[in-house]
Amino acid sequence: MKTFIGIDLGSTTTKAIVLDADNTLLGRGITNSRSNYGIAADVAKQEAFLDARLSLLRKELQELPALKQQLDEFLGNFEQDFRLQQYLEQLAELGSACLESAGDHRLGKAGAETRALLEAVLEQLNDEAPMLFELGSSRKSDFFRDIAGSKYASASEKMARDSGISFEALLNIYDRSIIDVENIVTDSMDEAKFMSALERTCRRSDKFRNLLNDLRSPLQRVLDTEFEETYVIGTGYGRATLPFSKEHIRSEILCHGLGAHIMHPQTATVLDIGGQDTKAIQVDSTGIVENFQMNDRCAAGCGRYLGYIADEMNLGLHELGPMAMQSTRKVRINSTCTVFAGAELRDRLSMGEKREDIVAGLHRAIILRALSILSRSGGIRDEFTFTGGVAKNEAAVSVLKELAFENYGEMTMNVNPDSIYTGALGAATFATRAVIH
Amino acid sequence: MSTAKDQQAEVQKEDSMLLQKAMISANYEALSTAHDEGKKISSTFVPGNLNELLMCFDFVRNLPEINALQAGMRKKSGGYIMEAERSGHSEDVCTYVKSDLGMMAKGQVGPNGMRLPTPDLLLLSYTGCFTFMKWFELVRDEYDCETAMLHVPYQADGKVTENMRNFVVTQLKEQVIPTLERVSGVKFDIDRLREYLKESAKAEDDLVWVLQSAKNRPTPIDAYFGGVYYCGPIFTAFRGTKETTDYYRALREEVAGRISQGLGPLTPEGPMGEERIRLVVEGPPNWTHFRDFWKMFYDEGVVVVASSYTKVGGVYDFGFRHDPDHPLETLAEYCLGCYTNHSLPSRVDMLCNYMHEYSADGFLVNSIKSCNSFSAGQLVMLREIEERTGKPAGFIETDLVDPRYFSPANVKNRLESYFQMIEQKKARDDARTAA
Repeated sequence: MKTFIGIDLGSTTTKAIVLDADNTLLGRGITNSRSNYGIAADVAKQEAFLDARLSLLRKELQELPALKQQLDEFLGNFEQDFRLQQYLEQLAELGSACLESAGDHRLGKAGAETRALLEAVLEQLNDEAPMLFELGSSRKSDFFRDIAGSKYASASEKMARDSGISFEALLNIYDRSIIDVENIVTDSMDEAKFMSALERTCRRSDKFRNLLNDLRSPLQRVLDTEFEETYVIGTGYGRATLPFSKEHIRSEILCHGLGAHIMHPQTATVLDIGGQDTKAIQVDSTGIVENFQMNDRCAAGCGRYLGYIADEMNLGLHELGPMAMQSTRKVRINSTCTVFAGAELRDRLSMGEKREDIVAGLHRAIILRALSILSRSGGIRDEFTFTGGVAKNEAAVSVLKELAFENYGEMTMNVNPDSIYTGALGAATFATRAVIH
Repeated sequence: MSTAKDQQAEVQKEDSMLLQKAMISANYEALSTAHDEGKKISSTFVPGNLNELLMCFDFVRNLPEINALQAGMRKKSGGYIMEAERSGHSEDVCTYVKSDLGMMAKGQVGPNGMRLPTPDLLLLSYTGCFTFMKWFELVRDEYDCETAMLHVPYQADGKVTENMRNFVVTQLKEQVIPTLERVSGVKFDIDRLREYLKESAKAEDDLVWVLQSAKNRPTPIDAYFGGVYYCGPIFTAFRGTKETTDYYRALREEVAGRISQGLGPLTPEGPMGEERIRLVVEGPPNWTHFRDFWKMFYDEGVVVVASSYTKVGGVYDFGFRHDPDHPLETLAEYCLGCYTNHSLPSRVDMLCNYMHEYSADGFLVNSIKSCNSFSAGQLVMLREIEERTGKPAGFIETDLVDPRYFSPANVKNRLESYFQMIEQKKARDDARTAA
């Protein structure tokens, strides 16, 4: 099967989209952008191919009468089981790397005790794994580094306290090991992992237990499907580091413009707030960029700013939006300087302001900055599409809508749940156009 | 692996560039030894400079902007700017000013490695940039030297009136020339001025020919990155000299040779490849990363066919030439006509004209972070030009000589996006035309 791939190397996450020759979306993949963009691109691409196989499996199983009413439930369980399998394998890699690291002679006599404690920590992580991948379970992040890191920290903190071994030493071992583990690119065609996940899904549910044999052959057909990487386009800040020739690289401005057009064909203005830049893009009725403006060399008011705020408040990034939505009072914050963010926050707290009001004020400040960039690009036109990681933040969306309507009048504002993939979708569309259209 | 020295040696230069380099070196040499030889020195600025007049009084000419520019290209300006900031000049002040003040504070060593002597006179021809006035106030405070100021009325209505011209001529007669006579001890000789102006007009003819050669396809010159070299002698201490006339004749022949061979501009890495995009650019280039900046263009097949920056020291391509028959009046007209003295609507008209005349594919603004005077209104100009020409416009931000204000990844990202946007729109328009 011919496939067309778009990879968006952002400063925070790397996204990949796989399309078929008809521009039909086959799969999406995302990973954290490591210091090594090449590996991040490979991991995201493999994730997208994995997702593509799941899409093909859905198609195959739609024809299977026995699953008619339970297709979504089956596929949901199957994906979670596959993810569990993947997680357990990565945990095993992490365990080996940690134990090797604990063999460091600098640990001296404490080495043996540390290794014993590590084994106990890793065993606990293994035991807790199935709960993380129950259907409907919520995880703060889907990245192995974050999930395993959080579990490792909480398990080792308690065990270290009880044993008298330094918690920092355990964290240090994790930090040294995780880089190698997350840089292992998994194979989207790992047949054994798919089959093992299928068996697990069927085994643990009465509904699917008898279907194992019926499900094996459609899954095998999916696994037998060969994906030909017909054309790849890279975009995003890390694009220059990709081992692609010039024709395979597109600016993220063009990709976001086209991606937004594909998602919402009436789009006229696009606002993308990513980790380190804010882009305001005007597109024509075919998704061709007419004009754009970006923040300059300072990343004030971009997604990373919210990341710093979350760190300062000891919160997850995803918790900021809901907290801001609880605000009952407007707090005016003028600085969107990431460096000053912590000072601004502490100053407001010392003045007795509530956390939710301060966080709401911070959201308003970044959107006001985005509005300035939008106005420089030619303003906001109907329809208006908001993309990038910050578009996932409900408080940012709410204040943007309020200020956009106040300044430019009522209009349609699109916030796609998959907006984080906008750049990659544009890149993948450029890839199909390069060959077919 | 090639060393920095090897790379330096590999840089390709036109013969005219080498000629110009020798002229500049000779001028710095003349400045360094002027006082020993009993000569007087005048500092003055590029826009509206009265070089021919200063030569009538045997002044050796020092141009602080050029010193700052040279410091930027030689990677010295960062240290000078920090020195100026230590003495209280804020981050937002024009970085030419800070580089100059920092250089003074650090021993006034010029680009030739020799000490630049204290000027005997500061001649300020005020043509639109208020910072120049403040700059010379600071310099005067430091050196306690004479100052002569020529007030040039701003072309607010986009034209030069008789009153405006007379106002400038009267100042020249009653204020400027008497001051020059007093400081130099040389009596003014109008015939000597006429001779210099004759030379200026000849050089101006050749300069215009060179700049307008960019109407060819492919253009034999880059009218921005190459253009800043081409306008160098005529904008600075050399206009009116015989060697400048010779320089422009040699440059013209060099460019004519490239046209006859169908060659594009010469870049530091050799002749430019295929010409893919033609641009008109507003605003000065960045000097601290000049070659890196230029490379971002020629690597993508982008060439600049006209620029406003090569007009800040005089607009010659719409017919003005120094006129030896009306020496003072022509100096007045020259000052009044500098690009910096033009109103925003006139600048828009001029740039739209360039877009059309030079068959440009796009219009780019390089906005200078520390230049309050010229950043105001640039986005408005951009919108207007975009609307009137229907061509895509782009906007980047860098600085003159503050290396901290040049973010290569950010500039490259914007430029690449802009170039790809132009090509995408060209492809769309071509498809529409074909349909």
